[in-house]
Amino acid sequence: MQAFWHQLLSGLAMGSTYASVALALVMIFKATHQVNFAQGELAMFSTYVAFWLTGAGVPYWAAFLITLSFSFVAGLAIERILMRRIQHASPLTAVIVFIGLLVIFNSMAGWIFSATTQVFPSPFDGPHAWYGSVYLSPHEVGMIGMTLVVLTIVFVFFRFTRLGLAMRAAAENPQSSRLVGIRVGWMLALGWGLASALGAVAGMMAAPKLGLEPNMMGGVILYGFAAALLGGIDNPWGAPIGGFIVGVLENLAGAYLVGSHLKQTLALAVIVAVLVFKPSGLFGRTVVVRV
Amino acid sequence: MTALLELRGVDAAYGATAVLRSVTIEVPEGGMVALLGANGAGKTTTLRAICNMGVRVRGEIRLAGQRIDGQPTESIARRGIGHVPEGRGTFLSLTVEENLRLGAYLRRDRGVAGDLTRVFGYFPVLKKRLHQQAGTLSGGEQQMLAIGRALMSRPRLLLLDEPSFGLAPILVQEIFRILKVINQEERMSILLVEQNARLALELVGQVFLLETGQVVASGSPQQIGADEAVRRAYLGQ
Repeated sequence: MQAFWHQLLSGLAMGSTYASVALALVMIFKATHQVNFAQGELAMFSTYVAFWLTGAGVPYWAAFLITLSFSFVAGLAIERILMRRIQHASPLTAVIVFIGLLVIFNSMAGWIFSATTQVFPSPFDGPHAWYGSVYLSPHEVGMIGMTLVVLTIVFVFFRFTRLGLAMRAAAENPQSSRLVGIRVGWMLALGWGLASALGAVAGMMAAPKLGLEPNMMGGVILYGFAAALLGGIDNPWGAPIGGFIVGVLENLAGAYLVGSHLKQTLALAVIVAVLVFKPSGLFGRTVVVRV
Repeated sequence: MTALLELRGVDAAYGATAVLRSVTIEVPEGGMVALLGANGAGKTTTLRAICNMGVRVRGEIRLAGQRIDGQPTESIARRGIGHVPEGRGTFLSLTVEENLRLGAYLRRDRGVAGDLTRVFGYFPVLKKRLHQQAGTLSGGEQQMLAIGRALMSRPRLLLLDEPSFGLAPILVQEIFRILKVINQEERMSILLVEQNARLALELVGQVFLLETGQVVASGSPQQIGADEAVRRAYLGQ
């Protein structure tokens, strides 16, 4: 029984990473109706930046914040410089650009930081970590806590701030947003920046568990897609919940059902099942419209 | 009276399709002007040209003497033009309150709460629906919300694209009565596009008549209403 609880809870820990990635995907999807395939590689590259900073002697939390700023600016720049040029192109163009970005970041990471797996530090481990147990390692407790804090900040931002409201408005109705004076282009860029920073948190939280290497996020992004679809690709509340569910499913199925080698197939199975049986996802909202 | 809004020889086109040809229109400061015409005459395009919404424009458009043609839509909004667009432009998934707050997006002053009260004074039903998703409102309520949203920005000039569209006659009269109050008591200038010519003629100080993208007549409502040809073509009399 203890083994079962361990599997379930550490599923929540990895699930927290999927939750952040899924939310990042949904944020960009809501605003642009594009699925950012490069989200994971961007997160991986940001994690390398954090790795480089901590290696150079910068304290962990300072490196953490610098990395967040770096990935925010990188996301913003990608939207401003690249994505806005193809905003009127066909959806396929966007897909190709995303795949291009994926390959570029993946190769750059290997080229700049080497492709061997690195040990990434956890700020939650150590002798002071009283919160570890047989069920969850201190780092796993920390990554769940960190994700909950970040998700709360994101929701408070979108729900209660003027800028958050403007971003939601720009995503829903760009034309009406312009008519009330919102600079829609900048809102999209801001969304990219936030999504990218969110991904960086996921990368830095996942790296101590997975080991940092250029393909680290390959599996995570797959589970992130599954999570976003399961929660409803159009629903920012559902995506994180989908992330936690997928994390738990992954662990339990890996331990009791299919074994660890087939675990990733499970993500694909979830994606296919959602698309076939409930394309709007578990929590997909339908906007009620009266005319 | 000085002109708040001036269009001088404005051509407008969607891609290769020319819609407006040499349109010249003026809205005086504090005035209320109607733009009438049949379906497809170019009324909506005129409003879209003023706000630079997806139309290619040639010619001069001035707000209070300053050129605004060619500027991005959001900058034109920042200069004080409130636009209630065709189809109402409601943020359907957001609440009524959020829709209204978005109207005041540009404002940093403390008068926003007072203006919310003012909008509820005009449209009490919006207060009852405050936390409801705007997509659940009826057509009439969404029209009120659209006007309320535009008022929240305290514009110098209000552009209205067929506020009577799809509404019950009694509701249309109510909305027109409120527009009159807004124009007279708040001195807000209004450019109104309407199909319902008869109602519009009772309301406004000046009329421009569009036909296939050109202004074919203009004048006071009395002059326009007295014109036999106009009456037959647009007023169904």
